[in-house]
Amino acid sequence: MHELGIVFYIIRDVKEAAANNHVGHVSGVVMNIGEVSTIVPEYLTDCWRWAADKEELLKGCELKINTLPAVSYCEECGQEYPTVAHGKICPFCGSEHTYLLRGNEVEIKEIEVPDD
Amino acid sequence: MEKVKIVEIKKSIFENNDKQADNLRGELKSRGLYLLNLMSSPGSGKTTTLIQTINLLKDKLRIAVMEADIDSDVDAVKIKEATGIQSIQLHTGGMCHLDAEMTRQGLDSLDTDGTDLVILENVGNLVCPAEFDTGAVRNAMILSVPEGDDKPLKYPLMFSVCDVVIVNKTDVMPYFDFDLEKCREYVRMRNPKAVVIPICARTGEGVDVFASWLLNEVRNWKQ
Repeated sequence: MHELGIVFYIIRDVKEAAANNHVGHVSGVVMNIGEVSTIVPEYLTDCWRWAADKEELLKGCELKINTLPAVSYCEECGQEYPTVAHGKICPFCGSEHTYLLRGNEVEIKEIEVPDD
Repeated sequence: MEKVKIVEIKKSIFENNDKQADNLRGELKSRGLYLLNLMSSPGSGKTTTLIQTINLLKDKLRIAVMEADIDSDVDAVKIKEATGIQSIQLHTGGMCHLDAEMTRQGLDSLDTDGTDLVILENVGNLVCPAEFDTGAVRNAMILSVPEGDDKPLKYPLMFSVCDVVIVNKTDVMPYFDFDLEKCREYVRMRNPKAVVIPICARTGEGVDVFASWLLNEVRNWKQ
């Protein structure tokens, strides 16, 4: 359900990008998805297939996902650590005063267009 | 293999929405209109809480409500019957959240002349609404006792975007393993600035605390 909503947003932005670049058909869309973006890649690609095939511009277009690692920063000891393994607590000093540096991205990296 | 040409985009899919939300907030500020986005799981008591709150505030403020649901108009009708204020239903057409554009369309179809406060009751869901900025001045969420005190750990984003967390159904606390102090602690871990207000919407207990918080917010926004 959540992923379908995201797919509608991707389709809207891809259509806009295609129009701006005078592209008639898009064969691939490459996404950068952060590990802690709350998006399940398998659900996203399933929803994508269903929704994209309803659009002339995107028939058969493949959604490719690059997963970006999540990294947190500790304000107490100044070190960075992998968020998924340790969550909110810094593995170096045990502090809770940490914040996410990256890993919640949901961005369209690029689109692929048949070259003829 | 088919030869392809790459067109670089590098754009967050939330970017357009974030811009529209900021524009909407700016407009609301210049009109002196306060918009509260109320979120929660389904069944946490959003509509009952709203009715109680509106009945406490309707002599002091002119209020309107936008109810967002996937389908039906039961909530909008219920609010109108119980409070007499202007209430409209927005259908999200299957979407699990409202975005800034849908919120604006909702506001456009309300009569906001002289209105001080619009409350948007978002779709019952703790995931998607947290990701889409509606353009509201503040975000509030209701966590009901039967859902458990550990919800802030499971839905971190929702709790980190909320300015106020209302803990509802305190009357059933003896029947559940809900620890209010633990809950406060978990909320603080996610968002040290969030205000936690325990209420019981059914009996009205504590609703006055939330109503005063809101009244104060609206008055400050108008200055």
